[in-house]
Amino acid sequence: MSLRVSELRVYYRTLKGDVKALDDVSFTMRDGEILGLAGESGCGKTTLGKSLIRLDGRMRHMGGTVELDGRELPIGDDRRMNEFRFHEVSLIPQYSMSAMNPTRKIGKMVGELLRSRGVTLDRAELESRLDLVELPRTVLGNYPIELSGGMKQRMVMVISTLLNPSLLIADEVTSALDVSTQKAVAKALTGFRDAGFVKSMIFVTHDLALTSRIADTIMVMYAGRLAEKAPAGVMVTAPRHPYTKLLINSLPEVGVRYADKKLAGIAGSPPSLLDPPAGCRFRDRCPLAGDECAQEPPVAEVEPGHFVACWKA
Amino acid sequence: MMLRLDNVTKVYKVGAFGGKAFAAVDGVSFDVRQGEVVSLIGESGSGKSTIGRMILGLTSITTGSITVDGVPVKAAKEYYRHVQGVFQDPFSCYNPVFKADRVFRMIKDSYYPEVSGAEWDERVRSTVQDVRLNPGQVLGKYPHQLSGGQLQRLLIARALLLDIKLLVADEITSMLDASTRIDVLNLLAELKERGLGVLYVTHDLSLGNYLAERTVVLRNGTVVEMGLTEKVFGDPLHPYTRKLLAAVPRLNAPWEDAEPTGVCRYHAAGASGPLLEAEAGHFVACARLGDCPR
Repeated sequence: MSLRVSELRVYYRTLKGDVKALDDVSFTMRDGEILGLAGESGCGKTTLGKSLIRLDGRMRHMGGTVELDGRELPIGDDRRMNEFRFHEVSLIPQYSMSAMNPTRKIGKMVGELLRSRGVTLDRAELESRLDLVELPRTVLGNYPIELSGGMKQRMVMVISTLLNPSLLIADEVTSALDVSTQKAVAKALTGFRDAGFVKSMIFVTHDLALTSRIADTIMVMYAGRLAEKAPAGVMVTAPRHPYTKLLINSLPEVGVRYADKKLAGIAGSPPSLLDPPAGCRFRDRCPLAGDECAQEPPVAEVEPGHFVACWKA
Repeated sequence: MMLRLDNVTKVYKVGAFGGKAFAAVDGVSFDVRQGEVVSLIGESGSGKSTIGRMILGLTSITTGSITVDGVPVKAAKEYYRHVQGVFQDPFSCYNPVFKADRVFRMIKDSYYPEVSGAEWDERVRSTVQDVRLNPGQVLGKYPHQLSGGQLQRLLIARALLLDIKLLVADEITSMLDASTRIDVLNLLAELKERGLGVLYVTHDLSLGNYLAERTVVLRNGTVVEMGLTEKVFGDPLHPYTRKLLAAVPRLNAPWEDAEPTGVCRYHAAGASGPLLEAEAGHFVACARLGDCPR
């Protein structure tokens, strides 16, 4: 078991009270697994990704544990996490455009970065990884501004994984890219896993179609909680949670003709996480909701590897 | 023919002292009819937003002409009575200091000062209902109290309050969640039943496929393929369109792995030529179209 997250709670401190962005989330990841973390804005997917590497000033660790390769991550302690960052847990940020130092040539910047972590640069290894993501070796002599968006994203990918971290968090890495570049970046991510540069990966995205292409397991979150977690193929063909079902049915696809067919969205909006309602948080928008939904549904394993938090599943 | 673009070109001056010229849009011609949604598809830098902005009079046209019902584009009040745009980011379209429904009052003040307050309120309420919103839930609220989908639909309602004939929708669903996005798309589909023409600018092929009757595919400022959506998506003729379609991730089908070179021998050369009519209403800019085995 590579990663074990148990009953994790991370709240945002605001003047109005705590925003319960991550409220009792538990899951595990195998070695070599790519977990696609999907959900709508405000569901807590980015908070989950961030809390595994660095809590920013507004975030508070309110309970629960994170265990990586048998060691507990001190996620509430910014200093002690330094030992793990980059070596054990690494991140590809959403906007790689602004992730690199614009005043340094890329090769020099990578060298400085590694020296700050007490590691010397293995030039041959770096170049072989550039080959893997199909970047020319000359990029090391370029400034970030000379690279296109997709090239920058792939460069940051190479830098983030140079120390072979156990866990890589890729937060919306393809959202700002065109479809064809998106495909190249997504393929490079799976290539890194296959080459053993990273042991496991959390791929945070709002795009279910894309995540179904590269993830082994998909986890859908809703309003700070886990809604459903299943192998990717099962999630897109036989979802059990009503939210996942409605969400997947609202996605238009190419290769389908929609002459008279109309897709439907999900009425309503997610509850405020300042003071979330008791019971199932999807209850107000759920067509199946009944009396038992006033109780919070437990996360149940309906089939091996398929977890659903719904009374009606 | 309502909106007509005829050989439209937009050249930007770039480089030090504007010494170089860059054609963002290069000889684009197409039209949008009444009661029709046309999607304009392209990757970043293809010129799709520049075209939208030229239609709205926000960017000048270098050469060529854009007309709406025979009237050339001009950034004037009478023009905007008939042609309106909605953009990508609904959050930055509202002044956060004022309530969101102020956008409606601004329309009344500049276009309908003669309408009485009570009658205007009634018009606003019915238009808000037309965009599938509950007036009680959205009127009198500040922008931060409303969701992106609600704000975006209010902007469409604002356009509908005018005597609008053409709506330019530039990436209007890109910032919305999957569950609300489809409602905004369905709303655009309903607008065409009112006789509106909609130009739907997007980079997302699956949304264009869902919504539009006709599709225009842009690449580097030129049209590479256009025609009925079912033709362009069902039987793409240009290698670039095929490449784009192959890159779209699908929910339950593997990625089309190989670039479809087997279909087109000239794919690697990126053969591009004048826009020719391959079959009725289906135009392709491919120099090797005649050699295409299909």
